[in-house]
Amino acid sequence: MELVCPAGNLPALKAAVDEGADAVYIGFRDDTNARHFAGLNFNDRRSREGVEYAHRHGTRVFVAINTYAQPAGWQRWQEAVDRAAELGVDALILADIGVMDYARERWPQLPLHLSVQGSATNPEAIAFYHEHFAIRRVVLPRVLSLRQVQQVAAESPVALEVFGFGSLCVMVEGRCLLSSYATGQSPNTFGACSPASAVRWTETPEGLESRLNGVLIDRYADGEVAGYPTLCKGRFAVGGNTYYAIEEPTSLNTLALLPQLRAAGVAAIKIEGRQRSPAYVRRVARVWRAALDACERDPEGYRPQAPWLEALQQVSEGAQTTLGAYHRPWQ
Amino acid sequence: MRLALGPVLYYWEREQLLDFYQRMARTEVDIVYLGETVCAKRRALRSEEWLELAHRLAASGKEVVLSTMTLIEAGSELGALRSLCANEAFPVEANDIGAVRLLAGRRPFVTGPAVNIYNARTLDVLARQGLKRWVLPVELSRDTLADMQRQRPQGVETEVFAWGRLPLAWSARCFTARAHNLPKDDCQFRCLDYPDGLRLSTREGQPFLTLNGIQTQSARHCNLIAETGELAGLGVEVLRISPQSRHTETVIDLFRQCLDGRLDAAEADAALQTLTTDGSCNGYWHGSAGMQQTHCGEFSCS
Repeated sequence: MELVCPAGNLPALKAAVDEGADAVYIGFRDDTNARHFAGLNFNDRRSREGVEYAHRHGTRVFVAINTYAQPAGWQRWQEAVDRAAELGVDALILADIGVMDYARERWPQLPLHLSVQGSATNPEAIAFYHEHFAIRRVVLPRVLSLRQVQQVAAESPVALEVFGFGSLCVMVEGRCLLSSYATGQSPNTFGACSPASAVRWTETPEGLESRLNGVLIDRYADGEVAGYPTLCKGRFAVGGNTYYAIEEPTSLNTLALLPQLRAAGVAAIKIEGRQRSPAYVRRVARVWRAALDACERDPEGYRPQAPWLEALQQVSEGAQTTLGAYHRPWQ
Repeated sequence: MRLALGPVLYYWEREQLLDFYQRMARTEVDIVYLGETVCAKRRALRSEEWLELAHRLAASGKEVVLSTMTLIEAGSELGALRSLCANEAFPVEANDIGAVRLLAGRRPFVTGPAVNIYNARTLDVLARQGLKRWVLPVELSRDTLADMQRQRPQGVETEVFAWGRLPLAWSARCFTARAHNLPKDDCQFRCLDYPDGLRLSTREGQPFLTLNGIQTQSARHCNLIAETGELAGLGVEVLRISPQSRHTETVIDLFRQCLDGRLDAAEADAALQTLTTDGSCNGYWHGSAGMQQTHCGEFSCS
């Protein structure tokens, strides 16, 4: 299985390449990608340097153009496709059918992957993108159980990439509008969930409060660790109980499932986190390179090593990890 | 403009569902979408019974469309999808691209609000596959719709979600089961206890979202009655009303009267406001946060 690592800037890209990533994925500095954060991503010069560095070391580069284009901004998505093609990247990661149609027509030789934002959770959906746009790979949403991943793998006409580690979306990617409901900006339309511009922190007599466009996402007592107010990871009241009604602050970690994923025929493991630091990318890439190599050498004898788990724990949201939807009881 | 009744998004008992549609047959709604779109474990009706219901509604003069599930994961869900898409009696609303694939090039189809059509090129691709009507994704604005209407392919109709709690997200996890500390595989069908979903509020008591099994909705009702003039001006053919356990007939009636010019939009709006539990919203339409409410008068009303 390949290791696909995130890079939000050139130092992160170099860290991923140096630690043995098979591919890195990047985005441009606008709303054409799903990590549209201030100060992040690649301009023309940096992307040329990045592609050159990666290719020199035998690492492939994928460009995520994985938000949804509306008519008023269409030109930006079209230009992003052209720019990536002219850079000589190895694949585009797309979600929007219109953008895919354009890319296929204008750059027929350029490999296309279906982004997780394309929400393809079953073989019929994958087949649609394969037949119409010749996608070569699909990134599966983080909602399938291991058994369901195995079933999709058995029927899919194209290679599968699954998330191995990083922030966990509880909702089907590409089908979650919670962020725009509260703030007007969503991953689909703007490339960000719970955008920083809508976040307010206030110290109150009841505790430290985090708000998103005025909506109280959480309130922390003294001594509680406050996390970024991602909308689905706040504490809310349902039927008289106040709890993490949607999901706790936690990260996905599937190190334990590598042999099963490998046996299912999964082609690549994706690491989340283009918004994270180069140090994060270096640490996570190193662990996953070691784990994937160990699994390749001896799938039956493979066990996640304690130091790997520890290293990942330290960079996890809320310092905890989960198998997420792969593990049926989580659902 | 015609009025459509969206699929029932909640889990209602069989009797409640059959009674509801018996009443809906007598309303002035033109189109009825039928079927379970949220959770495959909900089996209020068997598929033959949905078909019988569809025939009854068709006999009472309604255009009937069968709606597919939205999140399709398990092999069994795929099997049900394949047989639904193979039915020859009624057109199908595809709520997943997998359904589009099964219908493409075979028969005309409708796409529901969870199929991401955000630009005219996407609309073109799907029109070539047999798209006859699409529902605007709920987070898109009037301005985006106006742009898309200008470039819309011939023969494709546009439907807009105009009333009801907005379907906002789908997950593998069941939040209703989670609220009861139950695993999804042993949910004990708790959704039956919440015929209009389970309210989620902030820690300061502001109703925010509605939990409906694996689906998350807005707490507020989307209400575009004050925007019906603009909707008509943009060439929208169909307005969707999303069913709720109470007052659906009244909502249909108010929309119909308003569209026919028998009732002023402001009056209809005032009447509709009394039918919501947690207030209403129209922010998406105006290009802002979906939860916001822009009051009639600030924008042109019919």
